[in-house]
Amino acid sequence: MFDFLQYNFIQNALAAAVLASIACGIIGVYVVVKKIVFISGGIAHASFGGVGLGYYLGINPMFGVLPFSLLSALVMGTVSKKSKIPEDSAIGILWSLGMALGIIFVYLTPGYAPDLMTYLFGNILTVPRFDLYFMLALDIVIVGAVYLLYKEFLALCFDEEFTTVQGFPTEKLYLFMLCIIALTIVVLIKVVGIILVIALLTIPASLSRKFTHNLKHMMLISIAFGTVISVTGIGLSYALDVPSGATIILVLSLVYGLTAFGMGMLENRRSSGV
Amino acid sequence: MEKVIELKDVWIRYGTQTILEAINFELKESSGLLGIIGPNGGGKTTFLKVLLGLLKPYRGSVKLFGKPPEKSRELVGYVPQYRGFDFDFPISVWEVVLTGRMSHTGFLKKYREEDKKAAEEALKTVEMFQYRDRQIGQLSGGQRQRVFIARALATNPKLLLLDEPNSGLDPHMQDELYRLLNRLKQEMAVIMVTHDLSAVSVYVDKIACLNRTLHYHNSREISVEDLEATYQCPVELIAHGIPHRVLSNHEEDP
Repeated sequence: MFDFLQYNFIQNALAAAVLASIACGIIGVYVVVKKIVFISGGIAHASFGGVGLGYYLGINPMFGVLPFSLLSALVMGTVSKKSKIPEDSAIGILWSLGMALGIIFVYLTPGYAPDLMTYLFGNILTVPRFDLYFMLALDIVIVGAVYLLYKEFLALCFDEEFTTVQGFPTEKLYLFMLCIIALTIVVLIKVVGIILVIALLTIPASLSRKFTHNLKHMMLISIAFGTVISVTGIGLSYALDVPSGATIILVLSLVYGLTAFGMGMLENRRSSGV
Repeated sequence: MEKVIELKDVWIRYGTQTILEAINFELKESSGLLGIIGPNGGGKTTFLKVLLGLLKPYRGSVKLFGKPPEKSRELVGYVPQYRGFDFDFPISVWEVVLTGRMSHTGFLKKYREEDKKAAEEALKTVEMFQYRDRQIGQLSGGQRQRVFIARALATNPKLLLLDEPNSGLDPHMQDELYRLLNRLKQEMAVIMVTHDLSAVSVYVDKIACLNRTLHYHNSREISVEDLEATYQCPVELIAHGIPHRVLSNHEEDP
């Protein structure tokens, strides 16, 4: 029954699932505990401009997305903190600006944009080998950054003001964290697509939060959840012949819903003293 | 001896609003408890943020231990007002207190043995060492306040700043807090911002009134004029908690 494992594209898909789960497991925890889901969604959507740019310039769209998402992270982080307009409005404006740029670029590109849909909705079953190496390299950068800055990131997320008082450059640290989130988004795009990226950044981390109060353990648990669930999703999407990205997210949501419901029941029973 | 704090003609504005006006203030003693009272919105928290270097005055100079606030981080402990905190945050008491060591540890470095020792000592001072593995959400309000004080103490400060440390605590916990501050003020200068006049009258060594302007006479006496200027209402309305006043009430009794 495991004969489908011998297919090259299935092996690539599994490798992509693991690489994506590592990135989103670690960085998703920061996104969730620092409550920056909205700005992360903004960076993800705005990076569609990079996809368009890639098509327009005739290069691998991944090379368009990388600088574009980093740029949107820096601009969003700066504008949302410094400008007079409310943070969520600033994010909303830049979010749609990036997408609009992407649409114009794609429109201006002569001919047909071959796999535009895979960038929007992801298709883990078509990840080319080169993109895997690209994802691996980004994973190494992400893990390295978090290893070096673990103490700083924890303090930043918990109490930004106190971290400033301790003499740390919190604004720069925050911008750097957004850049790391941007890199994570680039890793995740091939798996679930720009539209659904935010699910991978929030659901595994929110799930893991139900099981531990330790940030490191949260990261490990959400990597495990991410891997198991995305592999399950790939299997289901292969068996049922439905889109892989959406299937993964449906499974994630289902597991989250069942866990929340189950734990709620347990708590009720415990507090009612049975 | 170096002055602990020296503020010269400090002005703070948000937009067109003046929050602090021409503040001149000196603190020379390296021990003792100074209480700063004043109405809500009178600029008490702003005043602390100026001392911490979080807010830059548009006019005037701020010096702590003879240096600008950014250069004296390792000498200042800070206990912020803890409303608005996310107590579900996945962090333990131990990890919280260690963040008070960051100015000593430095950027990109891991905590050293001496940092852990300082954190342990700080937790023992506030009698919270046995709770070090608890997640902060699993503590009572008073215990949590002690953890935030331990975080400030882990810095090994010579100046400790507390922003409304008594808010949200029941009378028993407030009492414990003041006894702790009483011990700490032997070794460092402590400044506590509060609107609790009754506490101030019992425990502080010196008192200042702040409402945009600062009234401070280097003593624990507050004049009726200062109070009225600060609260902009007759003293009768605000002074009910002060023991002197309670005493005189009793004398009036037949």
